[in-house]
Amino acid sequence: MRYSAFSLLAQAFRGHKGWTPAWRDPEPKAEYDVIIIGGGGHGLATAHYLASRHDITNVAVLEKGYLGSGNVGRNTTIIRSNYLLPGNTPFYELSMKLWEGLEQDLNYNAMVSQRGVINLYHSDAQRDAFARRGNAMRLAGVDSELLGQEQVRAMLPYLDYDNARFPVQGGLLQRRGGSARHDAVAWGYARAADSRGVDMLQNCEVTGITMVGGRAVGVETSRGPIRAKKIAMAVAGNSGRVAAMAGLRLPIETHVLQAFVSEGLKPLIDTVVTFGAGHFYISQSDKGGLVFGGDIDGYNSYAQRGNLPVIEDVMESAMALWPGLGRVRMLRHWGGVMDMSMDGSPIIDTTPVDGLYLNSGWCYGGFKATPASGFCFAHLIATGEPHPVAAAYRLDRFATGRLIDEKGAGAQPNLH
Amino acid sequence: MRITCPHCGARDAQEFTYLGAADLKRPDGMAATEAAMTDYVYQRENPAGTHRELWYHGAGCHAWLVVTRDTRNHAIAAVEAAKSRKTGAAA
Repeated sequence: MRYSAFSLLAQAFRGHKGWTPAWRDPEPKAEYDVIIIGGGGHGLATAHYLASRHDITNVAVLEKGYLGSGNVGRNTTIIRSNYLLPGNTPFYELSMKLWEGLEQDLNYNAMVSQRGVINLYHSDAQRDAFARRGNAMRLAGVDSELLGQEQVRAMLPYLDYDNARFPVQGGLLQRRGGSARHDAVAWGYARAADSRGVDMLQNCEVTGITMVGGRAVGVETSRGPIRAKKIAMAVAGNSGRVAAMAGLRLPIETHVLQAFVSEGLKPLIDTVVTFGAGHFYISQSDKGGLVFGGDIDGYNSYAQRGNLPVIEDVMESAMALWPGLGRVRMLRHWGGVMDMSMDGSPIIDTTPVDGLYLNSGWCYGGFKATPASGFCFAHLIATGEPHPVAAAYRLDRFATGRLIDEKGAGAQPNLH
Repeated sequence: MRITCPHCGARDAQEFTYLGAADLKRPDGMAATEAAMTDYVYQRENPAGTHRELWYHGAGCHAWLVVTRDTRNHAIAAVEAAKSRKTGAAA
């Protein structure tokens, strides 16, 4: 069923009783051309681009829970492409361009809203660093504007500009950045892939990878064994667990990241703001809740829940930036488990195991990358060659020294 | 999360700084192969379950500790001074 204003109107007259499920619930086949492990944003996007761009439709997405039950439904929904390093900028810009055409491509309302992303700076040195990043972005064809204090004040009059320690001096603005409805992104990709024949296998947990002569030829699952010519992993925080099934170790640690939402408020902030003196960012959802977050907890965790010190740290950053938030009540907080790589950048590559492909290391920046991640991973799986904009995301870069360390933090995942 | 320091008793985890896996073995300096060094610097077991890890008690006794913790639920099974452990390299 194609969604349109006409179909909505027609359903309105029928009491919305004629809508059909957005995807099928098929039984697993004995064999597929490609199995994608992980029914989150990146796995579903990969399935969509395999089917729509490479005409590979004998594909199954294996999800241990329900589609979109992991990080794609736990993030803070921000999209942007304001990266500095050559290995990153073209990739994230491809992602931004795919966001811009996503809803037409999927025939699904992902509520993509280009409301802008402002990174605030609080010192002369930080202004220089942001000017450099803005220039690097423009050289790579990405939009950016360096704003002074008065320009930011006109947009966000309620910030604490004269804070004694961290005065707001200005910001680097990417107008094309913004947010999207995270669940709808997963659902839209799932529906689009399903309509081209991809099987969505939910409650299908991979428990083992079947190897024959050093080659991955299938998976053991909670719904029985499935053979495949190619097996692609897009399992975020569980990358280490799944890779271990094929005897691999990865340059990745799994850490918990918390996110927060306030009670619903009237329209208050019409852009995305990041605090430059601490790790804190905030935007407002279309339901009215303020959505915000900060640092990861900082220790290995698969618990999908964090501890109180980080909550306190995030709230302190919020108050330092925007004292009026002290009047707002927090409604919910939750945690997701991140695949923190050793240089803070992702991996989209083949692995030492034939037939096994890896998409991992997204740290806490995976949501914005969803379209390009799927696009480039599908390209790799279909052609065997890395997509040009993702060619730097190699698994062996840690051995060859070609790291992509945006933050310059070194091989310490909890600092990225 | 609270960590029971063998010197200071049960303390809030905020007093400690996390480093990572405790049992990484640094290869022997210049003699090591590139692959062995890469393995040491970058590759991790990253288990979902029991994890031996280094924490530094910066707001307490300044000792490095080896904490045995379950990464699935943060339950701490054992804490010992890094000095006293028998296996693994110095932090």
